[in-house]
Amino acid sequence: MSIRRFLAALQARNLEFLRDRTALGWNLIMPVLIVMGFAFAFTTGQEELYKVGLYGETDTEQPIQAFLQTRYVEFIEIEELDKTIEKVDRHQIDLLLDLDNQRYWVNSTSPKGYLLEKVVAPYQFERVALSGSEIRYVDWVVPGVLGMNIMFSALFGVGYVIVRYRKNGVLKRLRATPLSAFEFISAQIASRLLMIVTVTTLVYLGTDLLVDFRMVGSYWLLLLILIVGALSMISVGLLVAARITSEEAANGLLNLISWPMMLLSGVWFSLEGSHPLVQNLALALPLTHMVDAARAVMIEGAGIKEVAAPLLSLCLFTLCFVTIGSKSFRWE
Amino acid sequence: MIEAQNLCKHYPGVKAVNGVSFHIPRGVCFGLLGPNGAGKTTTVEMLEGIITPSSGKILYKGEPLGQRFRNEAGIMFQHTALQEFIQVDEALRMFQRFYPNPRSLDDLVEACALEEFLTRDTRKLSGGQKQRLLLAIALINNPEVVFLDEPTTGLDPQSRRNLWGQVRRIKAENKTLVLTTHYMEEAFELCDEIIIMDHGLIIAQGNPKALLADHFDNSVISLPRTALPENFSLDDGASIHPQGDLVEIMSKDVDSTIRLLTANQIPLKQLQVRSPTLEDLFLELTGHHLRS
Repeated sequence: MSIRRFLAALQARNLEFLRDRTALGWNLIMPVLIVMGFAFAFTTGQEELYKVGLYGETDTEQPIQAFLQTRYVEFIEIEELDKTIEKVDRHQIDLLLDLDNQRYWVNSTSPKGYLLEKVVAPYQFERVALSGSEIRYVDWVVPGVLGMNIMFSALFGVGYVIVRYRKNGVLKRLRATPLSAFEFISAQIASRLLMIVTVTTLVYLGTDLLVDFRMVGSYWLLLLILIVGALSMISVGLLVAARITSEEAANGLLNLISWPMMLLSGVWFSLEGSHPLVQNLALALPLTHMVDAARAVMIEGAGIKEVAAPLLSLCLFTLCFVTIGSKSFRWE
Repeated sequence: MIEAQNLCKHYPGVKAVNGVSFHIPRGVCFGLLGPNGAGKTTTVEMLEGIITPSSGKILYKGEPLGQRFRNEAGIMFQHTALQEFIQVDEALRMFQRFYPNPRSLDDLVEACALEEFLTRDTRKLSGGQKQRLLLAIALINNPEVVFLDEPTTGLDPQSRRNLWGQVRRIKAENKTLVLTTHYMEEAFELCDEIIIMDHGLIIAQGNPKALLADHFDNSVISLPRTALPENFSLDDGASIHPQGDLVEIMSKDVDSTIRLLTANQIPLKQLQVRSPTLEDLFLELTGHHLRS
């Protein structure tokens, strides 16, 4: 590994990215516009469904069965009581019923909780009141949008660009020099990582100026999640670019990866209550782990211990994809 | 300097190169000639280490191609692009940093006449300017062997002459040159030794002038096709070949042939006499034209 050769390739890629004004503008402005759009659309909070968590076994003989048939209420069976209580505290779930012990949790500052409480009143469950402030949709969606932007930037900025280099002969020209594949790939990874960190920081600051969103955790931890997450996405891009020679094929494959990842990783809506198959599939996508970890830090103020599992998953994804990608990499 | 032993490159259904062997001595300009699809680019890319041969061996200074070859070879590809949004001087600096002992930028700028467009985006160069930049990149490591793959294809006559001048200057520095071309005139002007390829095989090999002397002891007389009647023949042994709007007469004795033409009242307006070229040699060897 020659640092001199690595830096030469890194500098060339950085210049190329910074001077491509259209792509740079798109990378910076699109996520801010998306967050603003959602902030505008959802600040009124007009969601149609009420969400009620159900803990414990439902007995068909219980009178509460009548309540469980109520329309316009989404009933979500939950297994972890403590986590769900936290969600009630943050208005993410409107009411939580403990069927075994005949009690319910409600946030006394939540209008939806207030209404549901009136419906539940006849069943004489014990009331446990919480008073946490509301997590608005915008608080929830900002980590998702940041993650999505990183995903698109990494996949297309590395995957598509390397395929273009291969097609137009840039890779062939570089191969004829002493630059090794390892030096070239490292330079691509470093350049894109540098750009993603810079662009995401600017997008974060820009969004923060325009929209008020929640950030209660450590900025350093968020930065760490961003870097580890970006590396895992870049490694997916490298894997795609390892052999493909056609830009059209690369474009199709990258779209095939990015769109399901965006929809199934909980960027826009929570996967809670979705089919278990979808939830398991989401765990196989690096974006899910990155967005979950970023949300935990920004919304719940989670520490390193709480996000260790998603960070470890992201590292494993990266290791796996980089190994396969570099082993199968072809200049031509 | 470079030794190719029984090189083959087979793709599914195609034998692009089918067992070629040759030796490129130090300090010569070595030409690979042939029509499109003859296997020249495949052969030269195997020599450059870009394509792995299906079978056969390539030795550079007696060793298989490796890091030493990468450091000492300069390559100008037929089709290549540079990274986008990069200026000419930035591209040169990047390539300089890939090599242990690169040539100075000033030296290259002067040698390849890059001064007038040094700060221009590489995408905005004309064909001739781009070829000069690619040549400068091929020379950036002060190479011992320089590969030029069809360097003048698509260039206007003036740019082609300029590039020939640069190739002659590289030759004057006693570097080894490997040149592929389908312009026989270019090979004749620049090369000390050539191989002519067709259908993946070598069909002739040697010094261009010696090859012509070996194969031809005649001259070519050309006339407009309309000047000769149908089924006209000459009884001095000269052969007649239609070539588009012209007929070419291969004659061992130009004086006698012209006398016979005059005796047959053939009009000699637009008559031209020339020596055979490598194009004629290719036609003689293969029965078809180089660029057909």
